Amino acid sequence: MKPKSQRLILVSLAVIALGVAVLLAMSAMREQAAFFYAPADVQRLGLPLDRPVRVGGMVKEGSLRRHDDGVTIDFIVHDETEHTIPVTFTGIVPNLFREGSGVVAEGRFQPDGRFVASEILAKHDENYMPPELSDRGLHKTETIE
Amino acid sequence: MIAEAGLAALWLAASLSLLQMFLGWASVRPGQEAMLRFVRPLAVAQGALAAFSFVMLLCLFLRTDLSVQLVVANSHSAKPWIYKLAGAWGNHEGSMLLWVTVLAVAGAGVALFERKLRQDTHVATLAAQATISLGFYGFLLFASNPFTRIFPIPMDGNGLNPLLQDPGLAFHPPTLYFGYVGVSVAFSFAVGALVTRDVGPAFARAMRPWVLAAWIFLTLGIVAGSYWAYYELGWGGWWFWDPVENASLMPWLAATALLHSVTVLATRDGLRAWTVMLAVIAFSMSMIGTFLVRSGILTSVHAFAVDPQRGAFILMLLCVYIGGALALFGARVGTVKEGAAFDPVSREGMLVVNNLLLSIILGIVMVGTLYPLGVEAVTGEKLSVGPPYFNKAAGPVALVLVALMGAGPLLRWRRDSAKALAQRMAVPILAAAVSLLLVVLLAPGIGLLPLLGLALAPAVAVASLAPLWGRNLRRTPLITWGMVIAHLGIAVSMAGMAAESAFTKETLIAARVGQQTSVGPWTIRFEGVEPVAGPNWTAIAARLVVRRGDGRELLLRPQARMFSSPPTPTSEAAILTRLDGQLYTVIGEPDGQGRWQLRLWWKPAVTLIWYGGGLVAFGGFLSLIGRLRRARRTKRQDEAEPTPAFEPGREALA
Repeated sequence: MKPKSQRLILVSLAVIALGVAVLLAMSAMREQAAFFYAPADVQRLGLPLDRPVRVGGMVKEGSLRRHDDGVTIDFIVHDETEHTIPVTFTGIVPNLFREGSGVVAEGRFQPDGRFVASEILAKHDENYMPPELSDRGLHKTETIE
Repeated sequence: MIAEAGLAALWLAASLSLLQMFLGWASVRPGQEAMLRFVRPLAVAQGALAAFSFVMLLCLFLRTDLSVQLVVANSHSAKPWIYKLAGAWGNHEGSMLLWVTVLAVAGAGVALFERKLRQDTHVATLAAQATISLGFYGFLLFASNPFTRIFPIPMDGNGLNPLLQDPGLAFHPPTLYFGYVGVSVAFSFAVGALVTRDVGPAFARAMRPWVLAAWIFLTLGIVAGSYWAYYELGWGGWWFWDPVENASLMPWLAATALLHSVTVLATRDGLRAWTVMLAVIAFSMSMIGTFLVRSGILTSVHAFAVDPQRGAFILMLLCVYIGGALALFGARVGTVKEGAAFDPVSREGMLVVNNLLLSIILGIVMVGTLYPLGVEAVTGEKLSVGPPYFNKAAGPVALVLVALMGAGPLLRWRRDSAKALAQRMAVPILAAAVSLLLVVLLAPGIGLLPLLGLALAPAVAVASLAPLWGRNLRRTPLITWGMVIAHLGIAVSMAGMAAESAFTKETLIAARVGQQTSVGPWTIRFEGVEPVAGPNWTAIAARLVVRRGDGRELLLRPQARMFSSPPTPTSEAAILTRLDGQLYTVIGEPDGQGRWQLRLWWKPAVTLIWYGGGLVAFGGFLSLIGRLRRARRTKRQDEAEPTPAFEPGREALA
């Protein structure tokens, strides 16, 4: 094989590989990308029932309730609007999770509007604000301790 | 005084690097080679000054000098000394100083020890290295000075983020930095060779040990970071596809590809332009990693400071270096001569496929990491890309790559026949079939990726060892051993990943004192909680008496810790390691009715993930030793006659 044509083949292989990568990435992205929902977004965009999503906002004061099994909790996520999302979570919450603090949870919506979280994303320190929340004007309430 | 000395050394180092850059680029022209005499000492002095500056910062942290702002913000007099030391790089400014120190010391190493390069290429390499470090000196001096004083002097410091107060974390950042910066040396070599039109086997042989060393450190850094996340964060996962993890994985993928293509260039004089391109890509990935992690664009334990000015500065450096290198590549790629041709079925052919697949994975990871940032920048819409995307898109490609990794070393250079390869692969293919059958029979209903991973791992392990068959093991070169062990490590690691995701058992309960529960083969009795105190924390520890079958009873004490400065709660998992896996226990909160939340995992074979990673790095290390020894031998022979570029060791394979 001539070096010239070999180089041509290599380059076209690389281009094909890149194309395959983009296609794979795009298809996986369309199906799997978890979109972020604030309480107001649920009202605006409707319930995303077909895929896992993230919700975020503040844990409403006085809304935290424990189930009898000791490991399941219910709480309400609210934001600066009047909208709220009821959330159920089974597991150990991150260390800095408490009423009145910011929260981001990953999971699925149920048809009745309740959000069943499979994971509550941890905060690394007391100053941490989930990036999805930081520009929604919520950080002011966050820093009150 | 110490702070001022450190700062002065930093300024001096910066001005030397400026001088080194100008002298270097000026002397690349033909007839100016004598300048090398001046450029080399400059690089050495610059490295020494940067190292001196960093040692000064270490002193400040060890003495907890509270007149320095950085110490106040990140240290505390009551911290154990090892974390005072680690605090020096557990923050933005200090870690950037470490970055530039490693860069300068590596530059000094190139100046001192490199003898194989053509002189003009050597000068150009040092000039490129100085250009990179100059940018980072500027960043340190103008945007993040670690030596700034503070007045009035506070009573005590704020302390280090407790999550970082961990021995694993003390050494994770330096290791990764050695890797990142080693890649930058490879980049400088590539730029130097492009400038002097010297892209060929000699240049590749000079660059290879640096690529290898960088790759070893990147591997170790990733393994350490993964294990840290596993036991310190208390979530029981070993890889989260978090952007900061991807920031270390992307340079590793590029460096792995580069490592393989540089071998083709060094031994067979093929893939010239591609190798140079890969060096540029690998360094771009290090820069992007630094940018992602240090700019504050991602909020995580790694983003120490959220300062838009700093982010913009790093972004600017990134654009200048990568843009400049790509422009140079575009201008000079025409002058890179055609490399030697080879057959599609050959070692070179397989290495090309390896490079393509690694590039695909790199592309997938990069899209997943940068896409959300891009979308947010353009539309303001929040989007997060999680593990389902990465596993689904990159997993299959990685499986194909690992499968081919088993076959690659069994091919000859230049030309081979598919039939011969099939013969050599008979045993591994048989092993794959048997293990697939066993997994399907013994563990029905596990996911497709874990199934394929478990079936493939033994086959790839066998294939990795195949190059040693029928050889005198004591006369097998270290380089071959290195390759075999590194490939074996990949198989071991993959077995661990597949087993962990397929067979992990989890129990989550709110337990009363005296209550018994079980997870996997273990029974666990909760015997209550007790207080524990450390040097700068207090904790509540659960007493868990665990027992496997009729075995001995053992006590595990997972803690919920409260650090005093800064006041932060953390969760300390208690992990029991057995040959066949780990029992991982975490204590949660009391439920107010006398019960405590407990989360228990039994993770079979999970340790294989990191043992495999360690094997990979060890293989790289053996290979590096072998390369350096061989280089010394051939140098002695060169005085008599030049030896042809040739990889022995493959010939014994019939």
